[in-house]
Amino acid sequence: MSKKILAVDDSKTMRDMVSFTLKGAGYDVLVADDGVNALSALVGEEVDLIITDVNMPNMNGIELVQKLRGDPRFRATPILILTTESDDSLKQQGRAAGATGWIVKPFVPEKLLKVVGKVCA
Amino acid sequence: MLPAEHDDPFAQFKATFFEECSELLADMEQYLADMESGAFENETLHAIFRAVHSIKAGAGAFSFSRLVEFSHKFEYLLDELREGKLEVSPELVETLFRGFDVLSDLIGFAQNGEIAEDTYGQDALERIEGYLAGNGAEVGVSEPTPEAVSASNGNDNSTPSDKNETSGTHFRIEFTPREAMYRHANEPLLIIRELKELGRTETVVDTSRLPSLQAMEPEDAYLSWVFDLWTEYKREDVDEVFEFVIDDCDLTIVTLDQSNEVVSVDVSPGAPKSEDDGFGFFVDDEAMKEGAVSAAIAEAVKNTVESSVENTGAQPTASAAASKSPVSVTAKAPVKTDAAVPVKAPASGGLKAASIRVEVDRVDRLVNMVGELVITQSMLAQEVENGEGGATDRVASGMDELSMHIRELQENVMSIRMQPVKSVFSRMPRIVRDVSKKLNKKVKLVTVGEDTEVDKTVIEELADPLTHMIRNSLDHGLETPEERAEAGKAEEGIIRLSAEHRGGRIVIEIIDDGRGINREKVLSLAKEKGVVAEDAQLTENEIDNLIFAPGFSTAEEVTDLSGRGVGMDVVRRNIQSLGGRVSVQSFPGRGTRFQLTLPLTLAVLDGMIVGVADQKFVIPINSIIETVRPPKKDVERMVDGSSVIRIRGEYISVLPVSRIFGLDGGEQDPSQGLVILAETEGGRVVGLLVDELAGQQQVVIKSLETNYRAVEGVASATILGDGSVCLILDIDGLTAMQVPEEKEAAPLTISDAQNGNHSANVAAE
Repeated sequence: MSKKILAVDDSKTMRDMVSFTLKGAGYDVLVADDGVNALSALVGEEVDLIITDVNMPNMNGIELVQKLRGDPRFRATPILILTTESDDSLKQQGRAAGATGWIVKPFVPEKLLKVVGKVCA
Repeated sequence: MLPAEHDDPFAQFKATFFEECSELLADMEQYLADMESGAFENETLHAIFRAVHSIKAGAGAFSFSRLVEFSHKFEYLLDELREGKLEVSPELVETLFRGFDVLSDLIGFAQNGEIAEDTYGQDALERIEGYLAGNGAEVGVSEPTPEAVSASNGNDNSTPSDKNETSGTHFRIEFTPREAMYRHANEPLLIIRELKELGRTETVVDTSRLPSLQAMEPEDAYLSWVFDLWTEYKREDVDEVFEFVIDDCDLTIVTLDQSNEVVSVDVSPGAPKSEDDGFGFFVDDEAMKEGAVSAAIAEAVKNTVESSVENTGAQPTASAAASKSPVSVTAKAPVKTDAAVPVKAPASGGLKAASIRVEVDRVDRLVNMVGELVITQSMLAQEVENGEGGATDRVASGMDELSMHIRELQENVMSIRMQPVKSVFSRMPRIVRDVSKKLNKKVKLVTVGEDTEVDKTVIEELADPLTHMIRNSLDHGLETPEERAEAGKAEEGIIRLSAEHRGGRIVIEIIDDGRGINREKVLSLAKEKGVVAEDAQLTENEIDNLIFAPGFSTAEEVTDLSGRGVGMDVVRRNIQSLGGRVSVQSFPGRGTRFQLTLPLTLAVLDGMIVGVADQKFVIPINSIIETVRPPKKDVERMVDGSSVIRIRGEYISVLPVSRIFGLDGGEQDPSQGLVILAETEGGRVVGLLVDELAGQQQVVIKSLETNYRAVEGVASATILGDGSVCLILDIDGLTAMQVPEEKEAAPLTISDAQNGNHSANVAAE
């Protein structure tokens, strides 16, 4: 069964690009447009990886990571944060919250897949 | 480097991006207006920031470097602002507005494939930088420039030439994960796998710290590894493997020369561990397959721990990570989770979204298809009715039901295209703000009925006319604060913009409490410009409406507001081309009211089907006032051969449709045929002479222009139930065609307009 990935971003363009790239590589992709909707998308849903943007309304990516790490179901699920530039403070915030790694936007498909491959078997 | 345009895998998302941009810009404009009025919260700043941030991210993906560059700085300013490092001041809001403008324009340039001049938006950039500099922030340095962004995201830094430079380097990597690594859900197996992809590896696993299974803490780290890697890749590539875990492990990477002497050392946080410290074993490269590693490590665990993994299998396999491979079981130690609970079947789909975004094209196709369905249905109905012996009861009731369902379907499909006018209204505060500032007027804009829905195509066409009318009100309608004070009014003028549904149309009103139209001036100007005859006698209402006459403008000087040379005549033409009409009503000294009515949709139309000679035409019902069969005594022939009819004491000119289109056999005598009194957009009433009424029906509008070519006097076409193409008449066009012949009659036609309005009020229908 193919791996399932949840992509969280408030920008439809980004969601589309991430999901297009991942689907093209054979992953199953779920999407959500903010942290709150990501959590509701994960109700009763098992995923192999979560990729989340940081700047989002309602619940941002950092809060989402914290929430997920506090949930036994997602303690061991890899989570990548999407950052726009190689902003170290953001990476550190993400790490502190429990993120597995990061992807720098903008990305080319190969780069995204490579990073996904790094954390998701 | 980013791939060239033609093979950009993301090119297909550009449309989405621009669509998203326009939504973001609309929101942003609203937020900025809120900021200006002081009615904003911290969330407003966050939302503006997010909008710019999203634009930047998308722009980066498509390599719109100017846009990236600008939005980057803009974003930075907003970031400072939302973090409270800058104070919100009127000047700052002004800068944000200017930034917004530049941002919109750059997006526009990107969308149209235009290249902005190098200096474009420089002023905004400087103002933004001014704030940042004043705040001690350095934008360019702390974050990569767009060029750097695209460069670092191009090919992975593993081009062949890179590899050759350091051909066959031997790295020795000592890697000891700390428990934090597992807390971040990083997986040693994946790191090992990635490392293997760089070249030949030899691996030694140190399992000496593995406690007995009973003593094993599920989330502790017990294993460490020593890798020997022979690779053509550079040191950075090796570092990149450990990119995410560097802070969560003890890592030493040394470069060895041929004699295994250390060439360079790099110690990551934490002391390096001695490699022959206890139990370990060697795995050769070939055996370094995932399965082999698993087996080997499982074996190691078995040796170390008294009981076998199998015997206590329940616990390790309960680990969420266990499903990945046995390695993770041992390396990670069983994770305390509730994953032992049977995995629920995944719910289908992801989000239960309240709304979805659909391309307009798709909706249009749907609308078209439903249109065809309506046509087919009415053809079928006609066929059934005319069939031999007529329809059986069951067929007839089936047809009724079908027609009902199709009608419902059509209404529903149409409603998909409906959007609240908010998207247009929300742009107006900005215009009011900018223009009133330039004119030194104090104005308050009140909007009402923003949620009123209208077809998307109508919305798109509304922005320009509305903008122009609002500007007009600001420029000509409202007085300066001093003038207002003199007239005993509040210094702040009010413009009220409202929308409501009325009789299947949307009515938009722009009301100001200004000085009203200066009729004297309008009339003398109109005479001067030859818009009306010197001796014309016009009602007040007619004079007011002269401002819509072509080439008419009361502006004494050309301000930069009306600089584009667009007059109210263009506004009227735009509105008319949408099947709408616009009128003005002035109350001297108290204000002016512009009223704009538009059809809710441009896709269907309620039409009256009329027969002329052997042809059928459709007349839009909303322009029909009444239908009369005038008695002979009320018909009078004019000197030029045309006729007028007298209705309730008013004269109305008659246009014989058959003659206009050169059809033989059509009725020429108004007293013998039917005269349909129709109102033009200008409020003038004309009589269309036709032979008969053939029925009333909702028709699907098909453009004649795209399918054939524009024809004077014809607005568009439709297909009737019998499959025949039928032309929809353009009342204004017809009137215009007739005008050249009746030039001398101009004064008469103007008084007709008055009559028309009058008869409209008493119209039987």
